[in-house]
Amino acid sequence: MGLTGLEIYKHLPKKNCGKCGPPTCLAFAMSLAAGKASLDSCPDVTDAAKEALGAASAPPIAAIKFGFGDYVNKLGEETVIFRHEKTFVNPTSVVVEIPDTLRGAQLDEKMADVNFVFERVGLQYNLNGVAIRNVSGDAETFAEAARLVTEKTRHGLVLISEDVAVMERALADVSRRVPLLYAATADNYEKMIELGKKHSCPVVVRGNGLDATAQLVGKVTAQGCKNLVLDTGNRDLSQTLADYTMIRRLAIKRKFRPLGYPIIAFTTASDPREEMMEASVFVAKYASVVVVKTSKREHLLSLLALRGNIYTDPQKPIQVEPKIYEVGQVTPASPVYVTTNFSLTYFSVEGEVQASRVPAYILPVETDGTSVLTAWAAGKYTADKIAEFIKSSGIADRVQHREVVLPGYVAVLSGKLQEASGWKVVVGPREASGIPAFAKGRYTQGVPA
Amino acid sequence: MAIEVLKERYSSRIREVVLGATPEQGGTRTHTITIGGDSTLPFLHFEGEVPHRPVVAVEVLDRVPEWSPTLTKYYEDVLDDPAAWAKKAVEQYAADLIYLKLQSADPELGDSSPEQCARTVKDVLGAVGVPLIVVGSGNEEKDNQVLPAVAEAAAGENLLLGIATQDNYKTLTAACMVHKHNIIAQSPIDINICKQLNILISEMNLPLDRIVIDTSIGALGYGIEYSYSIMERTRLGGLTGDKMLGMPVFCNVGYEVGRTKEFNAGVAEFPGWGPQEERGIVWEAMTATALLQAGGHIVVMRHPEAIKLVKKNIDAMMQKNGF
Repeated sequence: MGLTGLEIYKHLPKKNCGKCGPPTCLAFAMSLAAGKASLDSCPDVTDAAKEALGAASAPPIAAIKFGFGDYVNKLGEETVIFRHEKTFVNPTSVVVEIPDTLRGAQLDEKMADVNFVFERVGLQYNLNGVAIRNVSGDAETFAEAARLVTEKTRHGLVLISEDVAVMERALADVSRRVPLLYAATADNYEKMIELGKKHSCPVVVRGNGLDATAQLVGKVTAQGCKNLVLDTGNRDLSQTLADYTMIRRLAIKRKFRPLGYPIIAFTTASDPREEMMEASVFVAKYASVVVVKTSKREHLLSLLALRGNIYTDPQKPIQVEPKIYEVGQVTPASPVYVTTNFSLTYFSVEGEVQASRVPAYILPVETDGTSVLTAWAAGKYTADKIAEFIKSSGIADRVQHREVVLPGYVAVLSGKLQEASGWKVVVGPREASGIPAFAKGRYTQGVPA
Repeated sequence: MAIEVLKERYSSRIREVVLGATPEQGGTRTHTITIGGDSTLPFLHFEGEVPHRPVVAVEVLDRVPEWSPTLTKYYEDVLDDPAAWAKKAVEQYAADLIYLKLQSADPELGDSSPEQCARTVKDVLGAVGVPLIVVGSGNEEKDNQVLPAVAEAAAGENLLLGIATQDNYKTLTAACMVHKHNIIAQSPIDINICKQLNILISEMNLPLDRIVIDTSIGALGYGIEYSYSIMERTRLGGLTGDKMLGMPVFCNVGYEVGRTKEFNAGVAEFPGWGPQEERGIVWEAMTATALLQAGGHIVVMRHPEAIKLVKKNIDAMMQKNGF
């Protein structure tokens, strides 16, 4: 929980009734501190105690959600300023903005873009939502746009209108999708926040600059709402970096609650390439939601890849299961490539084996998800380990020959590997990109038995 | 009531490194370029100084490269003439520096002699006024002949020469010392090797302000996050007093991106990725912009449209910010 047993004990009823399980409140408090019990087990804990204990263990950046079911967008819960300190938690939601006047084929095209699933190196990336801006100024147009969008995608919604009546009209139709409401400002916040509370939707609070935003949050939380996302109102790229850095810093280092909420950022450039450059800064530097205008594959592929990269847990490199993989229509004469189980490494090899048009088996050795050179340098990719995997994988039952291809960078292992495994070791190219030429040069007729 | 912002105060700065030399200084450059000097994290102008903007070096090879046509079309009449190529990169594509790779020195790619390479460097120096970065072919044995020859031929020009690695730094360091050039010290995404190499180089008495760090980078989608975090740690180390991490950082973006499918594959091969050239431009530019957020001072780039995007991004990030 973050607090000590004694600190938690202060908030408990101290009846020692035993209903929670342990015989005394102190014992229960110790369990709670160790994360081995839940406060719900105590029937007599006061609301004030729940609040205090909840607040103390809450992450510095609040956990906020929008969207529903499998398509819910989780925002916030961040605990560090630099990803290398631990990891970033909830990957930035990338949302495509449309005007509420978009209809027909153009709307359908946009929605197809929003629903598209990108694939590369064995991974899938997707967008996270649609932001509908009330450019028409008309409540019915806005509501209709929201309805149409909910019919055409299951992704999250961001509703952009500062007119409470317009927002209310749309919510009447789509509130079950838990849209993010943009925005509560100094001019409309009382009513906008009430609307958010009524429909249990998170609301973006926007002030004119960091200070004003923090102050407005103060007023909003006094109104009883903490289901919030922040927009500092600045659109200058350099200033937004400063704002978002300061929000993250104050929330984490000072536990400054008025800024302990996720951030929403908007691109401003009219050129879609420039939009992507702006968005890259937002993704790297703390935005939980980024609203973009372009929905084209050639632009978003990069942004979604960057998001995946920045939000990868540094402690958990993406790995593939160490087992036999078949590429193409393999036969008992197909070659066998040995590599490591680091996802990037495996999929680079797989891609090149596919490109070679020579069906083959791939054996990714377990190296805790490290690349060939890193694993070798760390002693995780040794002749003995590779030999052991060759044996345990069962590849001997799938091929008639006894020849394996070793990554060129660890050619130095070939002698020992041959000894340890009993298989013939062929030194392959150093880079996966050399595989097609290598395979065509050696294996067009398969491996001789 | 205004909120109390939290400004960090660091005990040190990233060192400034000067590249190039004007006639008054013994060279032939029209101007020099200074990198580094940051007293805080990238672009946080509100709490420190960012005295010099990051710079874009455009890559020039001394042989015709096997690059994608979506890229070579921008250099088509100059690919076989490094001097003309460099001139075009500066005049048409706004290169801040030229990064000249002496790839033809590779025994398997032309086996150019040290003398030929030195001549090429002189030709390029003669064609442009911007400072020059010169790196070898990657064949260590050959480069240890080529780079000293280049260093000697270009004495006085205050080049940035590369690359030095933990296993191969002595020859280049000596050449930089004798002929007064700067050195790129490369480590394999390993902060300890980075420090160790800088110690080894400085123990040979090359001044610390002649060293530029290359952490090695992965392209977007191919390990960029490893470099991103090493670079953030390196910057923080340099700001908090670690002398061996307080050097400006060099990022070889064009080369790493140039190896990716995302830059090279046609849309027919990957229909879900969109048209190749546009996709590749954004892939290269975003690799650079992300690494600039992690603290890069020099990014080497290839595609003119990506170069434009990155320079514009640098312009935007160099605007002052505050509270």
